[in-house]
Amino acid sequence: MFAQKFEYTAPKTLDEALHLLANGAKPLAGGMSLIPMMKLRLAAPEHLVDLRALKDLNYIREAGGQLHIGATASHYDIESSALLRQKCPLLTETAAAIGDVQVRNLGTIGGSVAHADPAADYPAALQALEAKFVLRSEKSERTLSAADLFVDALTTALQPGEILSEVIVPIDDTRTGTSYLKMAQPASGFAIVGVAARVRQNAGKISFVRIGVTGLSNRAYRATAAEKALEGKTGSAADIQSAAALVARGVDANSDLHASADYRKHLAVVHAARALKTALSRIA
Amino acid sequence: MNINLTINGKSYSQDVEPRLLLIHFLRDIAGLTGTHMGCETSLCGACTVELNGKAIKSCTMFAVQANGAEIVTVEGLANDGKLDPVQEAFWNEHGLQCGFCTPGMIMASKQIIDRHPSPTEEEIRHGLEGNVCRCTGYQHIVNAVKAAAAGAGK
Repeated sequence: MFAQKFEYTAPKTLDEALHLLANGAKPLAGGMSLIPMMKLRLAAPEHLVDLRALKDLNYIREAGGQLHIGATASHYDIESSALLRQKCPLLTETAAAIGDVQVRNLGTIGGSVAHADPAADYPAALQALEAKFVLRSEKSERTLSAADLFVDALTTALQPGEILSEVIVPIDDTRTGTSYLKMAQPASGFAIVGVAARVRQNAGKISFVRIGVTGLSNRAYRATAAEKALEGKTGSAADIQSAAALVARGVDANSDLHASADYRKHLAVVHAARALKTALSRIA
Repeated sequence: MNINLTINGKSYSQDVEPRLLLIHFLRDIAGLTGTHMGCETSLCGACTVELNGKAIKSCTMFAVQANGAEIVTVEGLANDGKLDPVQEAFWNEHGLQCGFCTPGMIMASKQIIDRHPSPTEEEIRHGLEGNVCRCTGYQHIVNAVKAAAAGAGK
């Protein structure tokens, strides 16, 4: 399968890349989603700008009490990062669950987020982490929340000529436990449903809960009703169950040959309960 | 576009169309047909090669993206007719039947052992998730990776 003809540029600097993108080129990162789409001719960009060639977009570092991840950090870079393992284990756990080794070696966090596949893994974790996203173009730079970035299936708030250049996630204290759990589609590894849980405990009570859900609907979202239901509780099995029961309420669930809408909602409840339980058990 | 690649230690310089996939460069231009094309949709792993030390699927990368890279294919493993320990282990443990998936399985197995010199069964199975075999039921392949890791450590 050959893609349609295109022009290819591996720019030396981010400014050069942004200039080309401002003139209609499309960014290529790991290519794990874009190249299959080009081979199937679902996408036919005329000009690709290879961002992986830019070394200055590949970093993972701590600054100002937050973690900054460059857009071209690969899933393997993230899963194997000692810094993230220690300070944001939810992200390393999520990255390790993506696709397979070969995909994780090439695929990037920026590419995955910008592609916004409704069954991708990162969006659940990034919603639960209340991540921030730095968007850059030749003329502007802005920072968006996860709630504002993910718009719909395969649709983000990115404008033409704009790239996602950095993902920013918080550093949690030791009273926080996290977990990402998914029902993987057996062939592709994509999440039929995936739930990320982030829970903080204070004096025996749950003081903070964030739950991110992917795969269930057209965009990953935070299950705020379930979060509220668990806050202030001790985190007993009954508390978890009644909170998890709310994660899919009112959601317009997807239905396809892998899972019906009702089954997906059921999976979301079950996985939310398990992810919450695991997250609580991981509080140091 | 002119690209330069090093494949199994040998340099190649070639003008290619940007849409040429790396696997076509390996098979049709370099003549290295050991790397197989299976599903061509990045699911089966038969086309796995090592690019700058990392296992990747050569059907889902354009050759131009590999400009300047060092690539190792299955042909680059044996040295002077002596099999690589992973190849030897696949032979000894019956890690193949028809052999179509084997080049990719061996390249993925090398990545497992590079990253986990004494891999657990779980690490081996996790590391082979990107490779499909329709003959062996995987058990012999897992045994081969274990044997290769044990042998390589000696």
